[in-house]
Amino acid sequence: MDDLLAVTGLTVGFATESGLARVLDQVDFRIGRGEIVGLVGESGCGKTTLARAILGVLPANSARISAGSIEFDGRDLLQEDPDALATDIRGRAITFVPQDPFSSFNPVFTIGRQIEELMKWKSPDAEPGSGPRRYARARRSSDLERVLELLRIVQLPDPEALLRKYPHEVSGGQRQRLMIAMALLPEPKLIIADEPTTALDVTIQAQILKLLRRLAAERGVSVLFTTHDLGTAYEICDRMTVMYAGQDVESAPSDSFFTEPRHIYTVRLLQSLPSRDHGIRGIPGQVPDLTAPPPGCRFHPRCDAASALCRQTRPDPSDVGAGHVARCWHPAQGEGTP
Amino acid sequence: MTGAAPRGRAGTLQPGLEMRALVLTVNRLVWFVPTLLGLLVITFTISHIIPADPIAFIAGDNATAEQIAALKAKFGVDKPVPVQLWNYILGVAQGDFGISLYTQRPIAEDLIARLPATLELAFVAVILSGVIGIPLGVLAAVRRNSWLDHALRVFTVSGLAIAAFWFAILLQLLFAMKLGWTPLQGRVDGWGPDPVTGFYIVDSVLAGDLETLADVIGHMVLPAVTLSFPAMATIMRFTRAGVLDAINSNYVDYQLAMGVPRRVVVWRYVLRNALIGTVTQVGLVFGNLIANAVVVEAVFDWPGLGLYAVNSILQSDYNGIMGFTLIMGTVFIIVNLLVDISHGLIDPRETG
Repeated sequence: MDDLLAVTGLTVGFATESGLARVLDQVDFRIGRGEIVGLVGESGCGKTTLARAILGVLPANSARISAGSIEFDGRDLLQEDPDALATDIRGRAITFVPQDPFSSFNPVFTIGRQIEELMKWKSPDAEPGSGPRRYARARRSSDLERVLELLRIVQLPDPEALLRKYPHEVSGGQRQRLMIAMALLPEPKLIIADEPTTALDVTIQAQILKLLRRLAAERGVSVLFTTHDLGTAYEICDRMTVMYAGQDVESAPSDSFFTEPRHIYTVRLLQSLPSRDHGIRGIPGQVPDLTAPPPGCRFHPRCDAASALCRQTRPDPSDVGAGHVARCWHPAQGEGTP
Repeated sequence: MTGAAPRGRAGTLQPGLEMRALVLTVNRLVWFVPTLLGLLVITFTISHIIPADPIAFIAGDNATAEQIAALKAKFGVDKPVPVQLWNYILGVAQGDFGISLYTQRPIAEDLIARLPATLELAFVAVILSGVIGIPLGVLAAVRRNSWLDHALRVFTVSGLAIAAFWFAILLQLLFAMKLGWTPLQGRVDGWGPDPVTGFYIVDSVLAGDLETLADVIGHMVLPAVTLSFPAMATIMRFTRAGVLDAINSNYVDYQLAMGVPRRVVVWRYVLRNALIGTVTQVGLVFGNLIANAVVVEAVFDWPGLGLYAVNSILQSDYNGIMGFTLIMGTVFIIVNLLVDISHGLIDPRETG
């Protein structure tokens, strides 16, 4: 399959007070064209770091990318000129839906002004290259038509009035619809949605997710969707990749992910979902300290199947089913279905 | 753009914003009189409890009891203090600030004649501090912990720590005495431009007299720089803090993640957020500026209210001191009213 995005062996560290935190350890990750992929894992497992690394917006003063590549649509983003990334990748080919729609709008500018600024630089009609010095009148009005149309598509009432409002005058659900509209406006190939619904009410979450799924599918846009909520991921993803403590452990189509998990961590993760049979069940042990992570498979201290091999060497990805890859020396065999 | 289309330009006002500014203005104006009245009572009380006897000062050592009594009656200080206060308030309400015990002229005339000189100096100093302080504050924040940031920190600490009169004398010694680049003191050589506004810079532009303009600006440089130094430091510090705050916010992260150029994000968007805090400071800075103006005017022999206040204090001239305090209080209240209004215009979340 011709992947839109292929992250290979990506290793990222963060300089912290207590030393180098190895936040991503040789992570492999891929997204096919038009595919919606969920990147799931607990808080601090590195999913947001991976998302930001793909966007190229890791904090410059603390993050170190020491190995790996990020191939996007035939270009290795890590080898590209940073200015070129800002002008024709970020906001053009790859767009972003932030976690918190409340604080992601600038409070002192109207929504219209903020969308206009985005379109000035990132409209599909904008010339590639260094960007505009002036925002030509003709393009401005065609961009405005485009914006209004898309605001109607994301089911925002009275778009003209909405553009004149300030962010605090609009509800959280509407703001996230705006964020989705803004992510679609540049006609990207990939949308990175970083926990886009955690800040919203549960009832609104479902609407937003369905909207994102429908629009992405209609337009053939790929989506990278990070979440710690497996239920949410199941709702909208074609495929899931699980991360644990900075390592990718398993990647599978959504159906076989839930029915035939192979990596022991995935099995335990699914078992930890609240259920009528056994209530809430945690995974014994703790997430490791990333400044001194365990060698080999980082899950081994908490894994009851761990062997000497697991403690020394991290397994390469191996096919365990159709489109199903796990990085486990002792994959589970059909057990652990919750 | 189509007719009903929203225009996301900077000048666009949200509907209702003018209304809010109006409500805010009326609200502040209602409080204007009580605030001023409070200020007046406090000033009056303080200047009447200090152990000084201006009448004796005017009358001289050899005055007879009758002469002193006559003087007291003339200035109204023979009555009980509450009655004096009441009479003073009545007078002020009619624009009568009393007569100077020293110059024997009506205080109001003296003050009005000298107000433009002080206001001009203060405005130039405020503009100077904003025009220099704000960009430097942004640079310090954007290049946080660079040598530039450290150098500017030394600069701001000096600005806040150095006494204005000392700095003024230092500048005089260097630029007026040693280098001879600027005049030592005064506001203009000769008579100055034809008075229209009383602001010499404006007046000499109106008169088209470039020679006088150059002379006026030359006289202005040292006092304005002295006066603006601490104000600039405050503005720079608050701009830096505001920019740092905004730069770490989610909305900046979002714009950068969407590839909007960093310089656009910083100078067009972050700055506006940062200025909310800075603008609030300008009101307070202005108060300090007025206080410093008294000293700076004395050093530079600047014929403004500050110099007048110094003379009034030295002569124990109650009416002069009170007149100065009242007029500066009024200016301070007006400046803060303007600050509040511009605050409401910058930050749409602000409600009147």
